[in-house]
Amino acid sequence: MTALSPTVPATVRSALTRRQRNVGGIVLHVSLIAAMLFTLLVLFTLIGQILVEGIPMFRERGTAFITGTIGSEPTKIGVWPGLYGSFFIGMGVIVLAFPIGIASAIYLEEYAHHGRLTRFIQINIRNLAGVPAVIYGVLGLVIFVDWLKPITNGESVIAASLTLAVLVLPIIIITASEAIRSVPQGLREAGYGVGATKWEVTRDHVLPYAAPGILTGMVLSIARALGEAAPLILVGAITGLLPRTSLTEKFTALPILIYNWSGRPSKDGAVSWENAAAGAALLLLALVFVFNVFAVILRTRYERKRIGL
Amino acid sequence: MRAVFLGAALVSILIAALIVYVLSRGTVDFLREIDLSQLFDTGWFPRRDRFDISTLLVASVIMGSIAMVVAVPAGLGTAIYLSEYARPRVRAVVKPIIEVLAGIPSVVVGYFALRFIHPQFVDRFFDPTSNKSMLAGGIGIGILVIPIMASISEDALRAVPGSLREASYGVGARKSTTTVKIVLPAAVSGLVAASIIAVSRAIGETMVATMAGGPDGSGTFTKFPLEPGLTLTAAMTNAAGGTDQAIKGASFNVLFFLGLVLFLITLFLNLIGDRFVQRVRNRY
Repeated sequence: MTALSPTVPATVRSALTRRQRNVGGIVLHVSLIAAMLFTLLVLFTLIGQILVEGIPMFRERGTAFITGTIGSEPTKIGVWPGLYGSFFIGMGVIVLAFPIGIASAIYLEEYAHHGRLTRFIQINIRNLAGVPAVIYGVLGLVIFVDWLKPITNGESVIAASLTLAVLVLPIIIITASEAIRSVPQGLREAGYGVGATKWEVTRDHVLPYAAPGILTGMVLSIARALGEAAPLILVGAITGLLPRTSLTEKFTALPILIYNWSGRPSKDGAVSWENAAAGAALLLLALVFVFNVFAVILRTRYERKRIGL
Repeated sequence: MRAVFLGAALVSILIAALIVYVLSRGTVDFLREIDLSQLFDTGWFPRRDRFDISTLLVASVIMGSIAMVVAVPAGLGTAIYLSEYARPRVRAVVKPIIEVLAGIPSVVVGYFALRFIHPQFVDRFFDPTSNKSMLAGGIGIGILVIPIMASISEDALRAVPGSLREASYGVGARKSTTTVKIVLPAAVSGLVAASIIAVSRAIGETMVATMAGGPDGSGTFTKFPLEPGLTLTAAMTNAAGGTDQAIKGASFNVLFFLGLVLFLITLFLNLIGDRFVQRVRNRY
């Protein structure tokens, strides 16, 4: 660096040579980090609160909290009816929404012509995915509880699982479509080249290649269905006493127990309703996390495989 | 095989048609049962045939706004940090954590809002009148919406071509200048889309609004965030839950009317949001 000529005024000299401090840049950087830390802090506080309040319930009740039934004393209750309801809701989603969702995705990506109908179906599915869950509850209340009463016997687990199957259908179609779309075109052309029919190419080449992606979407949709509470309130999930668990009678589910127990006034005793709600929330979070982690692992493995690692 | 797959794809159209049919039919029933002036009576008391829709709309707007005050800075800031500033290793850790946040069921956030945000934050710094408040509900909804905001925004930022950033660095711009003057304007459609979709989710969110934000069953008109307020969605769960469904009258049929209002609001927001997303896709 050559020194500035001595004739340059001091102010100019200082402006050119002093250390530059980028105040705006630092402020931006710090606020961005703060935003990210806030997001993380919220998550950890939430999980911490659930753990702190929920663990006493497990300590007090042990496995009886899982196998016991719901009742009117927080020290004597368990979540079994909720687990029962949630399990069959998950099964309903698997049996009903998966086949229809994947078949729709196959139609849209492999069979459909690029016409008005296809575009309409696609726009419609995107909009369905944005419809609030509570509206699916209204739909379930009218169609599955009222119209299809002979099949579902009114407010039952069957009606609830049909409702949630409808709710997650758009999500399954969208994720499966993306997975099928990412299959290289060459794979299909190779199949057609040796004389395979469209269905043979789809079945033997496209679907196996897209399988991990489709599976990821399916796992996430189960997690979503297990956590939904609003539609279940609408189709008549029971919040009070439940004499026995049955597919065709009154039902409850894990999220409904959390909803109901959260709102009950605190009681003196070893554990209160607050602990009961947190205990149920802990179970639900654990279930949803297992499904989510499973989905993340599936996706990572599948991405690795594609780039040949 | 083609017919089978087409049949499956048409199921989604059937669902959409049924939603519109069920909501419209119930709305017509409801509007026949009541006098239109009852929609502008004071307060929301369905059992006493007072259905003041503005009570619900105001509560929905207030909770939605509080939610956005939480979700936009947190979600957008996280997205900009992850896309522009974070090292790959930080990103690899933070991104899955945010996906975990996205997977938390709304009922769990509702519990958190009712049992933590209200007593530990709202009660501590303000003087609320009840054990529920629109402030606690709104913050809870905001937390629920952060991941949606973050992930759509980050997609939009990452869609901005690297060459734009390099050109900016090439003329001597700083990282902060490049981010604010080049990357954000280029991604603005996507960021607007993220906010609109987040608003739509916030308005449609039910459990947090019911558990932490609203009074049970009925509510007076209020616009103070420290008081509990009944949103459109909370009024819907109240109309269906707790009532004996053998008695079907206006206080039950109002469910369909509210459903239709909510459906139209969210559909409108989603369609606009979608249009902005498309604009990003077409540009790069």
